[in-house]
Amino acid sequence: MGPVPYLWSGEKWRDFYYRIAESGHVDAVTLGEVVCSKRDHFTRPFLPQVIERLTAAGKSVAVASLALVTLEREAAQTRRLADVPQLAEANDLSALRVLAGKPHLVGPFVNVYNGATARLLAKRGAIRICLGPELPAASIASIISGAPGIEFEIIAFGRLPLAISARCAHARAKGNTKDNCQFVCGDEPDGLDVDTLDGQPFLTVNGVQTMSRHCQVLLGDLPALVELGVTHLRLSPQDCDMAAVAEIFAEVRDGRVCPEEGIAKLKIVYSAAPYSNGFLHGAPGMNWVAA
Amino acid sequence: MELICPAGTPAAFREAVEAGADAVYCGFRDETNARNFPGLNFTREELRQAVAHGHAQGVHTYVALNTFMRAGHEDLWYRAADDAVAAGADAVILADMALMDYVSSTYPDQRLHVSVQASASNVDAIALLVESFGAKRLVLPRVLTVPEIANLARNVDCELEVFAFGGLCVMAEGRCSLSSYVTGQSPNMQGVCSPASHVRYREDGPDMVSELAGFTINRFGKDEPAGYPTLCKGRFHIADDDGYAFEDPVSLDVMEHLDALRSAGVTALKIEGRQRGKAYVAQVVSSLRAALEAPKEARAQKLTQLHRLSEGQRTTAGAYEKKWR
Amino acid sequence: MLLPRPLSLTIDKLPVALVQRVVNQAFHRALQQHPDLFDRLGNEANKRFCFAPTDLDFVFLVHPESKFIHTFRKAAQPRADASIAGPMLTLLALLEGRIDGDAVFFSRSLSVTGDMEAMLALRNALDDCSFDLPRDLAAMAGPLALPFRRIAEVIRHRALKGMA
Repeated sequence: MGPVPYLWSGEKWRDFYYRIAESGHVDAVTLGEVVCSKRDHFTRPFLPQVIERLTAAGKSVAVASLALVTLEREAAQTRRLADVPQLAEANDLSALRVLAGKPHLVGPFVNVYNGATARLLAKRGAIRICLGPELPAASIASIISGAPGIEFEIIAFGRLPLAISARCAHARAKGNTKDNCQFVCGDEPDGLDVDTLDGQPFLTVNGVQTMSRHCQVLLGDLPALVELGVTHLRLSPQDCDMAAVAEIFAEVRDGRVCPEEGIAKLKIVYSAAPYSNGFLHGAPGMNWVAA
Repeated sequence: MELICPAGTPAAFREAVEAGADAVYCGFRDETNARNFPGLNFTREELRQAVAHGHAQGVHTYVALNTFMRAGHEDLWYRAADDAVAAGADAVILADMALMDYVSSTYPDQRLHVSVQASASNVDAIALLVESFGAKRLVLPRVLTVPEIANLARNVDCELEVFAFGGLCVMAEGRCSLSSYVTGQSPNMQGVCSPASHVRYREDGPDMVSELAGFTINRFGKDEPAGYPTLCKGRFHIADDDGYAFEDPVSLDVMEHLDALRSAGVTALKIEGRQRGKAYVAQVVSSLRAALEAPKEARAQKLTQLHRLSEGQRTTAGAYEKKWR
Repeated sequence: MLLPRPLSLTIDKLPVALVQRVVNQAFHRALQQHPDLFDRLGNEANKRFCFAPTDLDFVFLVHPESKFIHTFRKAAQPRADASIAGPMLTLLALLEGRIDGDAVFFSRSLSVTGDMEAMLALRNALDDCSFDLPRDLAAMAGPLALPFRRIAEVIRHRALKGMA
């Protein structure tokens, strides 16, 4: 389970992870605020109890770094990751420096486009890398075979992180600036729709982050991912029953349910966005390529 | 401060040298650099000639190899680095850590600059690249305010280069997959953003509509200044309103902050625009050179013509001013 | 800057065949002097480009690979892969790389349609070519080469002042 990308209330966030703790289908959880440091105080008070609950349930827990670090306060927060007892996931080059020499994860915001980079990171202590969204299968295969000895994770479900900015488009859309944002991104727990002028669904704004409008669904591609050597499937939280999503992915992975049926079941759990899997197939990311 | 100028063609290179560049940056005719546009860039031979021409005039040549190496095809990038070094490049501008590793271990004497595409925006990130690869200079992403840049300059062990004029990425550079989400091609992988092959312009009554891969990116009324059909500067429907969701069609201009950047300890000012014509290069470089050498009060007058060359015929100081966020 | 009205009216009255002859000669002469043009065009040399001066009644269709240029009346609407429309002097200034195509496009005095990859390749190829039409074409005027070049340079100088 990847970190919640959206701003949810502390209580909603806590209850979400309590439910995940009860799921038998989630093995590892990476959590923490990745998108915007201003949101941190919403969830921080609940972090210890959530980590405790997940750990007690047998989940492997990791704490993620911010994706974009510019302020001194953000840099300090990143440095503190060196001291957390859990694994940390680096999402910025600064976190890679801070975590060097101790086992850590690398998140999808660090650019790993080839096996040589993955080897370099492994030498510095990376034990698992979640690859960025835009890589096609051919690249994934080459990266994995080029860096034996570490594990690889792919975003198999959820809106994809496409870009991050110093500017907050979410606050701007509501007439605010980033510095006086009033946390309006919390009004859209599943992101704010961006359509073209002709009304075609296009992108999603989530605070300073721009995400895909489509929800990546790699259910039909699971055998191919195994073949490529992918060891972990990342489910990126949407505002829906993510334990049910995990169950569907586990069923399809284990061959108990065929991909078509899995997708049909998934549409009942999460229908707020069209599905896509184009990046994996070397196509535009928003495309759907039938298996 | 040094003036670092763009060249997409040998003709533009000569114009930049003529107009007062301290260094000119350019790339090869392939996906090893982030301006991999049709008809643009340098052959190996053209680069050798450019470097020689620059050296004869006391001007440096930087070679941008600032895309990320495609897995399984890394040789294309390694050979490009070999050839840039062999051609006498005064610096190579790199984004991929594995390519930095290759250059720093194979050519320890080669000057290595870190591209904006590497997205190093803080002290620790920069230190990582300096310590690991011996980076001598870092091009800062356009996400920082002038005081933040000053703070960085005090705390890092390398030179800093900042974008002063030209195209403006709204998103943190090197971390944007908007283009590939819509077209399948991205700056990081293919060296293109919103590629021309996917762009169409359509007249609709008095309006001009720009489309990318069949999606409407903008609609310009009669005589309304236009911009590139880049995704982040399109007009969209968001929160019950039609407008520029991310940024207007506009170019960057931070010449107003020249003194602040100088006293912040910035080493070099970069002009964006390898995709622009030689006429643009000549005009922007000579104007900025004149402004750099003019007393503060005469500076604005040297730059009055430049907004007409800009996207939407407008400029902004972007993230350099806090209010932009 | 538009062509002066009396001039454009006069040109419009010329027979297509005559315009074609002059344009064809100029085109071939220019190509001879700038063979490097094709190198940058690459595969895009095989596209058909239409140049449509908004202040004239003619359009010019160019197929670089076969070194072919053809003149049409506007009404004929020849099929092209990529088209560019703007004032004649702006198109000539672009051909010489004396103005920045993007800037003219931003100002809306130029419109482009069709295959943008081809158009961009052509723009970049031309930009690197250092065409100098008064110089390159002066020889066509035979004994009048020198006055031709002088007059053409004066016209260009005035036109560019209007565009800069």
